[in-house]
Amino acid sequence: MKKAIHYINQFFAGIGGEDTADYKPEIREGLVGPSLALNSMLDAEVTHTVICGDNFMGSNTDEAVEIILGFLEDKEFDIFVAGPAFQAGRYGVACGTICKAVKEKFNVPVITSMNVENPGVEMFKKDMYVFEGGKSAAKLRDDVKVMANFANKILKGEETGSADEEGFFPRGIRAQTWLESGKTAAERGVEMLIKKLNDAPYITELPIPKQDRVPIAEPIKDLSKANIAMVTTGGIVPVDNPDRIQSASATRWGRYDISKDERLEGGVYKTIHAGFDPAAADADPNVIMPIDAMKSYVKEGKIGKLHDYFYSTVGTGTTQAEAARMGREIVEKLKEDNVDGVIMTST
Amino acid sequence: MVKEIERAGIPVVQMCNLIPVATTVGANKIVPTISIPYPLGDPLTSKEAQWKLRYHRVGVALDALTEDVKEQTVFKVKI
Repeated sequence: MKKAIHYINQFFAGIGGEDTADYKPEIREGLVGPSLALNSMLDAEVTHTVICGDNFMGSNTDEAVEIILGFLEDKEFDIFVAGPAFQAGRYGVACGTICKAVKEKFNVPVITSMNVENPGVEMFKKDMYVFEGGKSAAKLRDDVKVMANFANKILKGEETGSADEEGFFPRGIRAQTWLESGKTAAERGVEMLIKKLNDAPYITELPIPKQDRVPIAEPIKDLSKANIAMVTTGGIVPVDNPDRIQSASATRWGRYDISKDERLEGGVYKTIHAGFDPAAADADPNVIMPIDAMKSYVKEGKIGKLHDYFYSTVGTGTTQAEAARMGREIVEKLKEDNVDGVIMTST
Repeated sequence: MVKEIERAGIPVVQMCNLIPVATTVGANKIVPTISIPYPLGDPLTSKEAQWKLRYHRVGVALDALTEDVKEQTVFKVKI
């Protein structure tokens, strides 16, 4: 029999309300409160229940996570479930926080449930399965049932459906599937177009996320003292592609030291981008990553410095969620070297 | 990626061929390039011509980093 561990807060454990929200983490063998319901619906045994006060998790997050991960170290479990947290904001954030930590440390599937209004949804929906739950504990059994049904699919290794079909918040991940209808994209596209022309309702297969504008950053005052970095989505990498960046739908990026190079040589660098003919860029990688021009501007004193590395990934088929994550990771490196400005070349 | 860099307060210029994509996604400073497979140098032209074009457009991008623009801007290139 597979095993599960369940996380709940002090309130659902029957310890108390707000006055006991500072309750330190505790692990109990067996079932407490909502884990009775979970255990009855799950094709796995809930062996332990972890309990933590919402305020303790909120105010002493690192300590709480460390204690709980310590509890779990010697336990065997196939899945980790937290909540449901309904509209309880701190509980939702606590569920998300501990699920994320457990997933990272033990690499087991994690599932939680929250109401759409819970701030934990925005914070964690990209990191895990967050199921859309009810507003209050009146929906406890329903919300647990949804999580349990999905958990059972995972435990059995069955195929899981899309966010809409299963009822979790979209994680920003694209999955390829075969349609039972067997209709090609062309047929579906034409059907949609005809509906659109007739003002009939249709459902897009590619919802465009809401626009998110970023304020324009303060301009550089003195370029001749500035440290400029180069970034590309054009897939320029050393010929052996040491970071194994994918040629499409990339999830990895690399950075490569060009501090001693005057230009990028063909045969040393190439493009691994699968979205265009690589011949021109393989022959002269500077047409995508213009290190030669940048070095020339350094020599002339137009810019103070070229950052020692250029950054590269592949921008075809890459989801916005992945691109944003890679962007944030690259920013960390840019900040370490006090980069003042960035030129990004895209293909 | 451009947005995450700018969100961190670092000025950034995107050099690309698909201007409508860049404007839709939300890049604030954009410098056009000549194509997708060879943004900064057409292999059918001479090495010298490629270098001139690349040098010019990268220069425009560098200058764009210093421009105090108030809205999304596509910068003009001469070559």
